[in-house]
Amino acid sequence: MKKRFPLVAILTALFAASFFIVPLIATFYFSLKMVRGELGFAAYASVFGSAAFLQTISYSTVASLIAIVIGAVIIVPTAYWVRLKVPHLRPVVEFISLLPLIVPPVVLVFGYIRLFGSSSWLPLTTTATGTDILLVIGYVVLSMPYMFRAVDNGMAAIDIATLTEAAESLGASRLRTIALVIFPNVRAAIISGAFLTFSISLGEFVLASLLNRPAFGPYLVQLGQDRAYEPAALAIMAFGFTWACMALMQLFATRKPGQRWLPRLTKPAAQRTTP
Amino acid sequence: MTFLSISNAVKTFGSNTVVKGFDLAVDKGEFVSFLGPSGCGKTTVLRMIAGFERPTSGRIMIDGRDVTDIAPNKRRIGMVFQAYALFPNMNVAGNIGFGLKIAGMGRAEIDARVQEMLDLIGLSHLAERFPYEMSGGQQQRVALARALAPKPQVLLLDEPLSALDAKIRVSLRSEIREIQRRLGITTVFVTHDQEEAMSISDRIVVMNGGRADQIGTPSEIYNRPTTRFVANFVGTLNTFDVTVVDPGRGHVSLEDQALMLHASPLSAKAGETLSIALRPEALRLGRCDTHEATLPARIEDVHFMGSIIRLRVMMAGVSVSLDTFNRPDMPTPLPGSMIEVSLSGKQAIVLRG
Repeated sequence: MKKRFPLVAILTALFAASFFIVPLIATFYFSLKMVRGELGFAAYASVFGSAAFLQTISYSTVASLIAIVIGAVIIVPTAYWVRLKVPHLRPVVEFISLLPLIVPPVVLVFGYIRLFGSSSWLPLTTTATGTDILLVIGYVVLSMPYMFRAVDNGMAAIDIATLTEAAESLGASRLRTIALVIFPNVRAAIISGAFLTFSISLGEFVLASLLNRPAFGPYLVQLGQDRAYEPAALAIMAFGFTWACMALMQLFATRKPGQRWLPRLTKPAAQRTTP
Repeated sequence: MTFLSISNAVKTFGSNTVVKGFDLAVDKGEFVSFLGPSGCGKTTVLRMIAGFERPTSGRIMIDGRDVTDIAPNKRRIGMVFQAYALFPNMNVAGNIGFGLKIAGMGRAEIDARVQEMLDLIGLSHLAERFPYEMSGGQQQRVALARALAPKPQVLLLDEPLSALDAKIRVSLRSEIREIQRRLGITTVFVTHDQEEAMSISDRIVVMNGGRADQIGTPSEIYNRPTTRFVANFVGTLNTFDVTVVDPGRGHVSLEDQALMLHASPLSAKAGETLSIALRPEALRLGRCDTHEATLPARIEDVHFMGSIIRLRVMMAGVSVSLDTFNRPDMPTPLPGSMIEVSLSGKQAIVLRG
C-alpha cells in the first residue's frame, strides 16, 4: 500500500517551529543591520572588540568551570553512595536536589548576603574573592538539579552495585573503585551535567548582579539597556553556544567506550563478528 | 584437608533470619555447589564467603585464616557474577588485567598473565574488544578469566550460567569444570539448576530455609536423599504410602504386593504407614522378573522427550511419572490405555522429615 504524505503533520510541525524560528531569524536579521543601508557583521565585531565582553565572558567561564568541578566532586560520590548504601533515601536526596528549582535565586542570594555579610562570623561578602566564592557556590546550587539528575541517570544505566562488588573482589578499595570503575562509566553523564551547568551559569543574572560580580549575565542586561544591535548579536551567539553545548552533550552521551570520534575513512580490514 | 570452612554461620536482615546455622568444610581443589530454591540462602552464604555480607554470628576460615571480619578486597577471592559485571569502560585485556593492576604488578607481568588467561579461555583474538561487542558466553568467559587472573585462593561462582541460552550453558559449564580441574582451585558454585549442579560438582549442598538439608556427592543426593525436601527438589519423585510388615527386614506392602526395602531396619513399627519414593526411571513399563511387585496402571498423559518417553500414569491411587526409552520399533503408549508397571523395593527411597 502506498504511504500517504504526512502533510498535516508537517504543517503542524512547521507552525510550531515557526514560534521559535521566526523570532530567531528576525533577531539575526536585525543584528546584521548595524551599519545603515547594508547587511554585515559589524554588531558581532563590536561585541568581540569590547574589552568588557571579553572580561565578563572570561570571568563567567572560569566561575562556571570551577562550579562544574565542585559540583561533580560533590554530586558523583553522593549519588553513588545513595544508590549503593541508602537506596531508600534516594527520593529524599532527589527532592533536595530539586530545591533550587523551587526556591528562587533571589531568596538564595539574600540568604547568602545575610549569612555571610559583614556582621557574619564568616564575612565573605566583604572581599572580592569571598564574593567570588559565594557566586561559585551559588552556581553549584543552581546546577544541582541538572547535575544530580544527569549523574543519577548515568548510574542507573550501569549496575553500580555489582560493578563495585566485582572491583572489590579483585582487590580494589572503595576509592579506587570510584576512580577506576564508577567515574569512567558515568563520565558521559557528568559531561552532560557539566554542559548544562555551563550553559546555565554562563548567562546567570540574579546571583551575579546581586553579589555585584563582573559576570556575563549582568553585562548582557546592561548592554540591552544601552545598545540596540549588539544585544541581538549576543542573543544569536548565546543561542548558538547553547546548541553547541547540547550537541556536544549528545556526542558524549551516545559515544561507547573505544568508539572512534569520527567514522573511518577507509574500510576496515576485517568485519567484526560475534559468534 | 579443609581449606574453606564455614562454622555455624547465621545471617539476619532485620527480623528475617536468612541463614540459620550453616556449617560446611570444603577441601582444597574441591568443587562444591549450593543448590536450592529461591530464597533458601545460598547466595547469602556465598556473599558471606566473599565478604559482601558479614555474618550475624559464626566464623569463616580460608586456608587457616579467619576472614570473617576482613574486607572483600583483602580476602583473595575471585568472583563471577550472574550479570557478568565486566567493566564497560575497559576492553577484554583491561578487564582481565584489572586485578593485577590493583595488585601493583608491572606492565610486562600483567601482559603475560592476561595472555595466559586469554589462552585459557580461548579468546586471545578478542583482547581488544569491549564488553558490548561480545556475546553473553564470551563475556562470561572473560569474567571467569578476570576472576582467575590474580590467582585467588577461592573461586566463587554466583549463578554464572543463568543468563545464557541452553546450549552455551551446557558447553560453558563443562569448560568451567575443566579449567577448575586444571588449576585445582577451590570453587563454590551457586545454582538453582539441579542438572547443572549434578553435572559439575564434587559435592552438592542442598539448601532449604537457610540450612544445609543434605551435603553429599551428586550420586548420594540423587539416589539417597535423606529428607523429603531433598528427594522432592532433586529430580522427579513418585511417593507412595506403604504399610510396614516386618521393620527388621525392611518388608513393606503396597496394594497387597510385597516390597523389600534397601534401608532396614525401618524406624516405623509393623502395621504403621511409611512414605517411600521412586524415581521415574525406577518404574518399569510391563512385567519384569527383577522387580518384585507389578501393579495395574492407566496412562493419563504421554510426553515425548526424544530419547525417552515420560508417561503420567495413575497407579495405587497415586498419579506418578514413569520414564521409558523411546523405541521406534514399538508403538508409542496412548493416553487412556491400561498397562502394568513393575517396581522394586531396592530402588525405593524411604522418606523422613
